[in-house]
Amino acid sequence: MTQKKPVYFMGINLRKLRKSIFSKTTYRGIVAVIATVILWELCARFEVPIIGMIPAPSSVFSSLVEQLQDPAYWECWVVSYDRVLSGFIIAQIIGIPLGLIMGLSRHLRDLSFPTLEILRPIPPLAWVPTAVIFWPTPEMSMIFVTFLGAFFTMVLNILGGVKNIDVRYIRSAQSLGSSGFDIFRRIVLPATLPSLFTGMTVGMGITWAVVVAAEMIASRSGLGFLTWKSYVAGDYPVIVIGMISIGIAGYLSSAVIRLLGDRLTPWRKII
Amino acid sequence: MTTSTSTICPTGTSEMHLSPQPVGKLSIRNATKIYDPDGVNVLALDNCSMEVEAGEFCVIVGPSGCGKTTLLNAIAGFHDITSGDIFLDDELLCSGTKQAEPGADRIVVFQHGALFPWYTVLENVTFGPLVQGKMSASAAKKEAEEILAQMGLKGISHSYPSEISSGMRRRVEIARAMMNNPKVLLMDEPYRAMDALTKTIMHKNLLDVYDQSRKTIFFITHDLEEAIFLGTRVYVMTTRPGTIKKVIDVDLPRPRDYKILSSDRYLELKQEVIESVHEEAKKAFEAGEREMA
Repeated sequence: MTQKKPVYFMGINLRKLRKSIFSKTTYRGIVAVIATVILWELCARFEVPIIGMIPAPSSVFSSLVEQLQDPAYWECWVVSYDRVLSGFIIAQIIGIPLGLIMGLSRHLRDLSFPTLEILRPIPPLAWVPTAVIFWPTPEMSMIFVTFLGAFFTMVLNILGGVKNIDVRYIRSAQSLGSSGFDIFRRIVLPATLPSLFTGMTVGMGITWAVVVAAEMIASRSGLGFLTWKSYVAGDYPVIVIGMISIGIAGYLSSAVIRLLGDRLTPWRKII
Repeated sequence: MTTSTSTICPTGTSEMHLSPQPVGKLSIRNATKIYDPDGVNVLALDNCSMEVEAGEFCVIVGPSGCGKTTLLNAIAGFHDITSGDIFLDDELLCSGTKQAEPGADRIVVFQHGALFPWYTVLENVTFGPLVQGKMSASAAKKEAEEILAQMGLKGISHSYPSEISSGMRRRVEIARAMMNNPKVLLMDEPYRAMDALTKTIMHKNLLDVYDQSRKTIFFITHDLEEAIFLGTRVYVMTTRPGTIKKVIDVDLPRPRDYKILSSDRYLELKQEVIESVHEEAKKAFEAGEREMA
């Protein structure tokens, strides 16, 4: 119990942050990234077959400088984020209650589970043609497909979370005088939170994969479209910029969820 | 022993303090429980009867699967019994037609512990009075801090259960139970899977709580030494279908400490219990049961 007290800033443990920034892991990671870039540059310079066809980092970088000054590039970020967040948030609004209800009521689970299990394996992208047909605008169809990407993961994770609640906790709460909605609020919800955040993290990853592919197929905007457009236009460095942008966007989204998850389930943090 | 408010018990949680007699008398009469999984009837309890006096430290021992936990769950209200009656302070708690409601007058301390991992120690301990609306948050906090301090658990109020040791967790769980000033404390092998050293500390702690509060404790265990060391009476159950085979009065003086473990009387009693349980364990083993798991 004589460990140093954590110092918090905006809910972030600064000591832990400093430790993880100045760690060997970070150092090795940086070295690996730099090595990869150098190797990549060399492959391009010496025109190594196949892999050497990828534009060199130097040309990507000079193109990046242009892109960063171009509002159209940032517009792509905004549009893709807009789609991802809309789809993702709608998936939470519908998926969380549905998962909870299915977890709590056997009848509803029996009723909805088979349908869900048949629809679930259909890749969201297989929905694109149908979605374009039945949604009034392409934007809506895009959001719908994104929504599907996160929805099933959310429902299944929460359903699993509720079903796996140890009966001891419920009984213990009953024994301490809790019942009905109180048990839901004080036991079921917090006990399900870790699974909820697992679902969110996985769902967010799928959402980005889906939105990019959907943009390539059915849209004229967004980071996916930027990548595709550059391919069509033969502007190869921008393809790479598009790809890396998608990577960074996905990483940032997951990081936010992880941070949120850590803050809302502090009991899981083992320091 | 009427003023159970003395130290370990919170004041103001219950009107029970006004009552001149100790409370928590359990009368179990012909309790029978038939489980029916997949249409195969399993007789878990067969006409099990016992009288637990108010303020008694009652310990139940018996082979695995003999129905000890079944009995405890029926008292706690987690399931029903098929026939028979169980009374708490002469009031019908459950019978063949009525399942008991789980409630704060019969708090259960579970085998693997059931502190809520998402609540801090303080939030766990104040859970009972707060959900029942019996105390204000500040009063509950004050009370909880007092009880925790008495149990040697100062300075961990804001820790999560995952951050403290298993021994501490078990004590916190007892503190959480005592906050509700229950009539009966139902303990289902609470110290199983603990190392011998931690166990002795747990025993000492529980005996302190018992000596100060004189709550009725309904304690299930496989550990025969623990049974005699803690109990006022030890009830030996038969192998399934479970019923009470033998009641052994443990006439060791209280307050007890580990020195008693080497006394002649303790050894005699231990021998008596071992013999009695061993017969049943053998029967259970021969019946293809797992022995004394």
